[in-house]
Order: sequence, then structure tokens, then C-alpha cells
Amino acid sequence: MSGGTFLGMPAFPEASAAAVRDSQLRFNLRKATHTIRGKRAAVVGELDDWAELRAAGKAIKDETLRNLDRYLLQLEEAVTRAGGTVHWAADAAEANRIVAGLVKATGETSVVKVKSMATQEIGLNEALAAEGVAAYETDLAELIVQLGDDWPSHILVPAIHRNRAEIREIFLREMPDAPRDLADDPRALAEAARLHLRDRFLSARVAVSGANFMVAETGTLVVLESEGNGRMCLTLPETLISVVGIEKVVPTWRDLEVFLQLLPRSSTGERMNPYTSTWTGVTPGDGPREFHLVLLDNGRTSVLADEVGRQALRCIRCSACLNVCPVYERAGGHAYGSVYPGPIGAILTPQLRGLDSPLDNSLPYASTLCGACYDVCPVAIDIPSVLVDLRAKAVRAGGHRAERAGMRAARWLFSREVRLARAQRLAGRLRRFVPGRLPGPGAAWTDTRDLPPIPEESFRDWWTRTSGGAKP
Amino acid sequence: MRVALFITCVNDTLYPGTGAAVVRLLRRLGHEVEFPQAQTCCGQMHVNTGYRDDGVRLMRRFADTFEGYDAVVVPSGSCGAMVREQYPRLAAGTPDEGRIAALVPKVHELSEFLVDVLGVTDVGAYFPHRVTYHPTCHSLRGLRLGDKPLALLRAVRGLELAELPGAEECCGFGGTFAVKNPAVSAAMCADKVRNVSSTGAEVLCAADNSCLMHIGGALGRQRTGVRVMHLAEILASTETTAGPAATTGTTTSARTDSKPGTTTSTTTSTTTSTKASTTRGSAAGSGTGSGTEATA
Repeated sequence: MSGGTFLGMPAFPEASAAAVRDSQLRFNLRKATHTIRGKRAAVVGELDDWAELRAAGKAIKDETLRNLDRYLLQLEEAVTRAGGTVHWAADAAEANRIVAGLVKATGETSVVKVKSMATQEIGLNEALAAEGVAAYETDLAELIVQLGDDWPSHILVPAIHRNRAEIREIFLREMPDAPRDLADDPRALAEAARLHLRDRFLSARVAVSGANFMVAETGTLVVLESEGNGRMCLTLPETLISVVGIEKVVPTWRDLEVFLQLLPRSSTGERMNPYTSTWTGVTPGDGPREFHLVLLDNGRTSVLADEVGRQALRCIRCSACLNVCPVYERAGGHAYGSVYPGPIGAILTPQLRGLDSPLDNSLPYASTLCGACYDVCPVAIDIPSVLVDLRAKAVRAGGHRAERAGMRAARWLFSREVRLARAQRLAGRLRRFVPGRLPGPGAAWTDTRDLPPIPEESFRDWWTRTSGGAKP
Repeated sequence: MRVALFITCVNDTLYPGTGAAVVRLLRRLGHEVEFPQAQTCCGQMHVNTGYRDDGVRLMRRFADTFEGYDAVVVPSGSCGAMVREQYPRLAAGTPDEGRIAALVPKVHELSEFLVDVLGVTDVGAYFPHRVTYHPTCHSLRGLRLGDKPLALLRAVRGLELAELPGAEECCGFGGTFAVKNPAVSAAMCADKVRNVSSTGAEVLCAADNSCLMHIGGALGRQRTGVRVMHLAEILASTETTAGPAATTGTTTSARTDSKPGTTTSTTTSTTTSTKASTTRGSAAGSGTGSGTEATA
């Protein structure tokens, strides 16, 4: 589940080719993404001011990112004033060290967790395990993933690749308190998980969370969720530790007006999410007695330095881009080799981790540039443009030798029209000798598709010979 | 109005029939186009594969070639979107910024040119076949062509338009994506082919031959019997060119059972574009057809 776990994974083309053959995965993903896609479209369509909301969300995030240093210091001051403690973590290792230290200081050997992408990103569960601390996921889908010793494959619905029969099997195998006659209907599965988690909530003394938003002016953290399990974690334990990416800050409480409309409609296709929890430092006699905020950089400031790529930091992790992406729908989340799959992962992961590994270098190409992701993004991240920009960086970082040669040849052809014309005439003469199935790299086309017939005469030669069609 | 045709490298090399159809169609509507010989490629393949500098060179070449014209017609949503969307970004902050900004508004995809510039939706075409239309991503979400191609098709006499399920979903071509990620590309195409087949259409139409090369390649490989045609070729068809023989035409479709060249074995001395006309039943050829239409 950690960043490290993905090391050595094959590049996207190989990993996705395996996923494409998995009929159960294809069926699950198709059903789930099309359902959420439809729900999102319906609730977004009923708002007349969606375009304005989207523009406002983009503008607020851009302004915040431009003045991120100022807002983070303001946030630190507000959290501290409210009785919380702020820690700054430059990278995953530092963040894990801070959290492990805080947990050990309480004397506890286990923590309950609210669903959090930031802690997935830094591999916190594995780091805590290495320190003898057990981290229990309490989000239903994260629980399924954790019990199944699996990886999350979706930002919002981490177990989207599992159907209810598979979930039943995992519960029966890994959950000692699951009833032996557990049925595979959603209600029974949820009830089994509820009973299992209830004990954890009541006995937990330390919780770890992330946050969807942090309000700089008040020092308030905000978590949106559907199950109420997050609220249990945020209110019952004595110590709460929140690990949050520095880009999650918004300047004012009022800015939430925009994001609390954008996020639920984009992510779960709901007008409003069932549970919205906010907390500001500590309140005597109410909720945790100790609150720690770990502000995580882990590559974000270098993303911020990139003029094109920085828009990825506007992301509010809604997953609308995953649910609409035709590539994600067929490849599944695991092929992206990161806790951030889909279109946003294809631009975020290579920026956070670099383009050095074959997997990370292949991610900017894991898209047809169809633009569906940009259309649905509630903060208007132009994912196709960032992908194209990252491809230029990927080529500079290495690229493929055969591709480079091909592109050079194309450049040579296209730089003089006579060269193109000669090549076209040569192709026209050799047209009868082109086999239906090409060898080598050409097989990537002809394995599943016929080649187009090569015409005897190019358009430019036809134009010249017939004077633009005036002569026969 | 001096109008230039940017044929695109794909159409120039593989689909000359599409270019000839654009010329014939516009001539019928009373507009002569020029074909600047210096044109080659818009640079989309280079830029979208990460070879940005090569793309910038081709952008400059495009500007050199076309900036003297009042309008540039492009029979490709994808190449049109490259010019419209990517050129301004590539040119930003460089000495080319001004000339690109001046050139971009003059570049029109074919259906935009017909509907927005010429103000016509009924181009006087006749095509008595069941057709389904795939809007292609760059036409739909890049150029925002919206209803324009459909409005043009609805006005074609004899044409029966079948709605394509999942029309807005990408077909999986994506330029070099088709060969860099062949498995996902083929999986996407399989769904597109299934949707096309479900319409019962004879012809799949789009405003982009690159997407049609991909979908048509799979339609042909699977012997679906559905052929693909560029929007321009349907709009160029008339009573004199769209005879029964058109149903066997393979103008822009991938080859089905025919070996390359076999379809032209009876007309080896003629060209592909005139072949396209003859297979559509116009013994007189495109010259005659367009000549008589031009005066109409």
C-alpha cells in the first residue's frame, strides 16, 4: 500500500494489459464507474451555477497556492492558538517518524484510522507496523482492502475492483467476528463490518486522519465522509493526529461554501455528503484532548514550482476524473502503481515521484487525451495539457529509442514537402507488398486492427494532376 | 475570401478521397479552395508524444504556409483542435505568439466552416444509407463542434441517422496511444465497435479519419460489414455520385476481404479519388459531377 510497495511494478502498458484480460475486474469497474458517472452527471446538471462554482473553486485554489507560505503560517498560528500542535514534514520518512513518535509517546500500540490519501501516499500503516504499532482502517472500503492484503484501486472507492461476493469471502477469511452464515448482500456486509469496527472505536485511544480542507483563518480542519466511521475516530479517542498535504489549506471559512458544493456532487454524486466533521484545535470536555497536525510536503513544493504542473495541486480528490476515464475503466487502479490512480494520478504521481522509473515514465502516456477528465474536474485541472507537458519531460528523461528514431524520421519528412511527396509515391508503389499483419512494433496495431489501404496517389499528387479536381 | 485547404498529413497520405470530397463539396457551394503545396503536418503527433520542439517547428511551418489566407479549412477535428488549443500554448511567450494569435481564429474544422462561416446546414447532399455518427473527442471536447456535424447529416436527403450509444466515449485511438498502450486501446475500441454494431448502421461517420482508421480497422478485422466514411464524403455525395455501388465502396474504411489494390484492378490507370467516385456509381468521375454542381 505504501509508495515503496509499488517499487518494481511493471510499466503501465504491461500492467494494464493484464488488467484488461481480467473479466471480473472489467465487469466490476464498468458497473461501478458508470453508476457513479451517471449520478454525478445528474446532480451537477441540476445546478445552474455549476460553471461559476467551478471557476470559483479554481480561483480560490490558485490564489491560495500563490500565497501558500502565508496561509500555512496563518494556519499554524490559528491551530496553535486553539490548542493544537503543528509539525512540518518535508517528506514521507519525516512524516512517518513524527506520527510514530507521537503514537509511542501515548504508550498505545494501535491506532484507528479515518480514510486518508495522504497517509496512504507516505505508507504510514507500514511505517507504524515497523514500529510495533497496528493501524486499523475504519472506512469500509479501506477495511476491505486492508483485510484482503490488497491495494486501493480508486481514490474514493478503494475497493471498487471488488464485488460483494469477493468482499464476503474476505470477511469470512479475515474477520474473526464475522457470522459464518454471512450473506453477500450489502446490508449484511455493512452490518458485519459495523460490529467489527464498533469494538475498535470504543477501545481506541489514538486516531489518525487526513483532512479534505484546512481553514487558515480559524485553524479548522474539515473531513467529508459517508459512513460516520470517520466521525467516530475524530471524536472518541483521546489523541488525534492529522496528516494533511500542504495544498489542502483554504484561506477562509467562507471558501468552504464553494467546496462543500463541488466535492460531494463530483465525488459520490450526492447533493450533500452525509457526514461533515470540523474541528478546531482541542475543546475541553469535548473530543480529543490532544491534537497534532502534521503538514506534509513530500514533493508538493516542487510541483508548485512547475508552471504547467502546479494546477494538479488544486485537486480536491473527488475522483470524478477516474469515474469518467475510459482508460481507468479498462485498466483499473492498480496499473497506475500509485495510491493516486486514473487521470489525476497520471499527472500527480510522476510529479511527486519523478520520471525515473519505467512505471512513472509511462504514466503520462496512460491517456488518449480524450479530455473527459478536464470536463468533469470541479476545479478545472486541465489534465490533458499537463499530460502533454509531462510527456515532453518524459522524453527528456529518456524516452524510447525506436520512438525517437521514428519521430526524427517524421520530422525529416515533414520539414520539406517534396520529401513527404516522395515518401507518399514510394508507399503508393509498394502498397501491394504491405502485409496484413506487421512484425515487431507494428504488431501493436495489426494484432487487433486492419491497416488502412494505401492509396495509389496522395491528395497532393491528385491535386497537381487534376488541377484541384478541375480536370478528370 | 481566399480559402486554403489544410488537408492534414493523414488525409493527404492515406485518405485522398476525403480531400477530393472537400474540394467537390465546397465547389458545389460556390467556393474555390487553394491547396498551398508547402503544407505538411500540424505537429500534433510530435507534441502529444513529447517531442515538443519538433512540433514547434511544424507550427511555424503551418503559420508560414497559411497566414496569408482569410480562412483555412481542416477536415479533421483533431488537427483543428491542435491548432486552436495547443498552438497558442506552444507560442506563448515566444516571438510567434502574435502571428499564431492572428492565425488561429481563421482556422476552421469543416463543419464549423460550413455552419458558422458559410451559414449552411443543407449542403444539397444525397446519401440513401443508414449512418451513425461518432463525435470524436477532439471535435466534441476540443473544438466543441456540438450539434453541427449532426445538423449537417440530418439535412442530407435519404440519410437515416442512427444514434450511437456511448457516443461521447473515446474510441481508444489517441494517436501513439494506440500502439504504446495497445491492450487498453483495443479494449476501448471493442466497446466502440459493439456500440456501432448495435445501431444497425451501414456506415460509421466521423469528422476525423484518424479515429476512423482505428475503429474502421477493427470493424474490418471483425468482418462487421460496417464501413467508415469521413463526414466530407457523405456531404459531397449527390444523386449522381451516390448510386447503389456506393454500398460496396471502401473509400476510407479499413480493407475488409479485399487485398490492397484489388478494388482498383478495373481502374488501374485512375486515381484513388476518382476511384472513389467511380465505385459510387459516377461513371463520369468527380470532375463532371462537381463541374455540373458548381453551376447549380
